[in-house]
Amino acid sequence: MTQAAGEKSYSKKQKTVNIIVYVVLIVMAIIWLLPIVWLVITSFSDQLGPSASFIPKKWTFQNYVNLVTDESFPYWRWFLNTLFVAVISCAISTLFIFMTSYTLSRLRFKWRKRFLNIGLILGMFPGFMSMAAVYAIIEWIGLSQSLFALILVYCAGAAMGYQISKGFFDTISHSLDEAATIDGANKNTIFWKIILPLSKPILVYTALTTFIAPWVDFIFVSYIMKDNRDNYTVAYGLQQMLERENNAKYYTTFFAGSVVVAIPITILFVKMQKYYVEGVTGGAVKG
Amino acid sequence: MDFLDYMQMSAGQKFLYKFKTFFKNLPSNIGKAFTLLGQKVIKLLNTIVNGFANYGRNFVKGDIFTKLSYVIMGAGSVGHKQIVKGILYFVLEVLYFAFMIGFAVPNGLSQFFTLGTVETHIEKDTWGVQTEIQGDNSMHILLISVMAMIVTIAFFVFYLMNIKSAIAAQETIKAGKKPIGIKKELLIFLDERFHITLLSLPIALILCFTILPIVFTIFMAFTNYDQFHQAPQKLFTWVGFKNFADVFYDNPEKSYTFGKILGWTIIWAFFATFTNYIGGMILALLINKKGIKFKGLWRTLFVITIAVPNFVTLLVMNQLLADQGTLNLTLKDWGLISDSIPFLSDANYARVVVILVNMWIGVPYTMLSTSGILMNIPEDLYESAKIDGANAFQTFMKITLPYMLFVTTPYLISSFVGNINNFNVIFLLTGGEPKSTDYYSGAGKTDLLVTWLYKLTATNKDYNLAAVIGIIIFVICAIASLITYNMSKSAKDEEAFG
Repeated sequence: MTQAAGEKSYSKKQKTVNIIVYVVLIVMAIIWLLPIVWLVITSFSDQLGPSASFIPKKWTFQNYVNLVTDESFPYWRWFLNTLFVAVISCAISTLFIFMTSYTLSRLRFKWRKRFLNIGLILGMFPGFMSMAAVYAIIEWIGLSQSLFALILVYCAGAAMGYQISKGFFDTISHSLDEAATIDGANKNTIFWKIILPLSKPILVYTALTTFIAPWVDFIFVSYIMKDNRDNYTVAYGLQQMLERENNAKYYTTFFAGSVVVAIPITILFVKMQKYYVEGVTGGAVKG
Repeated sequence: MDFLDYMQMSAGQKFLYKFKTFFKNLPSNIGKAFTLLGQKVIKLLNTIVNGFANYGRNFVKGDIFTKLSYVIMGAGSVGHKQIVKGILYFVLEVLYFAFMIGFAVPNGLSQFFTLGTVETHIEKDTWGVQTEIQGDNSMHILLISVMAMIVTIAFFVFYLMNIKSAIAAQETIKAGKKPIGIKKELLIFLDERFHITLLSLPIALILCFTILPIVFTIFMAFTNYDQFHQAPQKLFTWVGFKNFADVFYDNPEKSYTFGKILGWTIIWAFFATFTNYIGGMILALLINKKGIKFKGLWRTLFVITIAVPNFVTLLVMNQLLADQGTLNLTLKDWGLISDSIPFLSDANYARVVVILVNMWIGVPYTMLSTSGILMNIPEDLYESAKIDGANAFQTFMKITLPYMLFVTTPYLISSFVGNINNFNVIFLLTGGEPKSTDYYSGAGKTDLLVTWLYKLTATNKDYNLAAVIGIIIFVICAIASLITYNMSKSAKDEEAFG
């Protein structure tokens, strides 16, 4: 065999391999996208319960109308509830996370190591292990079944999520601080005038994650709100639509509601993606 | 074995070698951890002893104001011309004692050892009219006691600060200088003590809503606060280690359930971690393969699936796979099956299905986070493999996998821990079902420890049992983290792979 022929057969082999790879990728993409396509399609179905085909026989917009008009499952209200909780808790949580991670990353004081260890240990307890106790405290200060209780719970624990932004602050050079100190700036000025403007990417990341959290949490909502349906958030409300006694009536409404909440979060997530990758792989390699 | 031998090994051998040495060293490493812990305890005891010695010495050295501040907080500051600071300390002391004497002791601490003695009951008066007499609320007694303990510790910190500041002011005056005023003192909180300014609010909230509840829950593990002893109607009290004994061996139903659920949790975590890891890596390799076009498009397609919130996709899957769900109905409609396939209602089916659906959820995540590392594998490793005539499968097993395992071991262990605590997938997909009659009330065949913990808290109201499970999960996570820490330390000690 001449060299040219050998190269030819090699590239031919490469081509067949590539075709196989394409086929595998296409099959995988179909498997991965099918449930989501089905989610969108079913939200336009006029059947009340599960149907015997993936494509609905008749298309309708009624399910989306139900989201606004239904009295016993007031989806629009849940949506506004969630938005309210998410905006406030995003602002406060981001501030707390920044305060904590900045301090633990760039300030040196006697208890720093100890705080880091305590944070590590507290993080190993399952998040909702002490749910009953948290509920007792909330009831005790008179906030039971209210949206403020939810905000309080989300914000109070926020500072524990300092790791990723601490990792970011660790990478900013300390010579910046030193130069500013020589110029007479105190640590407060350094934080606001020097570090904060440099932290835009991690600020965006933190704000997005804290904003999304209330949209997808249903554990605390279920435990705090109990039967107060007016104060549910989207995630828990949607889950309730599928409970056995409601399933027959709200099956397709659930799909419509899911599409409505999934669209903004999907967009936010795609925007956040590159920060996510940096945060996770950075941590993985460093250990 | 010396360094040269090590360098001559192939990638796979190196990984195997590291793997073996890790487990060989594990006992001694755990031993080391305990010695370290012992040293820490001794150090702590030393600090406390020294603290007391200092406490006494300073009292002897101190002038009248300093001595006074041992009893009346702020006296030292006022006497040394730091009036505002002194008043603040004094107010704090007054508030603390008002809180303790007026509230915490009568309502909590005084009954801490019994957790209440009078149960809510109905009394008949002489005319036979029944009235309900509100008894002690064990839950509140315990809660207030824990709160009082935390407040006391916090107060003690301020108390020590008060003495320290009195002595500092005394020395300043002795040196012929004027102690700094309140304005300058406050400015320090924007500079040298900026960490206090930034951390105090977050820490206060963590104390109230994380530490207080956790301490409270740990205490609950030693009580009989279960569904038969619900506050405020019934009292509950201390039972020592009985709940732990119940879970491990004493109560046949509970210990059987615990053993089964623990076993499934470990199996689940193992398979969930490795299927996602391998699947994600293969997907990343396929997308990044030379000659494959539209890499960005492929990546976006899979990213979209994880961008849709978990709870939505999981509930959709649940509806799709239900006994009377669309998938079963469609298959019947096509005449492929006559009876529904019990995807979620048969224990064995359900266990496989949750692992598969978890792959659907997790593979794109792994694809995203491993892509970068995969790109970093030295190209010459692949080149030499190609020259040796290795096929794609061999290259993956001999080069890619060992390299990735080497670099991402900490990531693997933390995702193993994450899967032990993977609440969403199980809870939303199967809800822990199918239920088993052999299990303790309500627990099911696909329940993990965390979902069981949730059920015990939210549905069964067996708070004591839930607390025990929570503590066990904590111990498992702590051990895994200890291993990760050792691993990443040993990885840093040696040169990078390859």
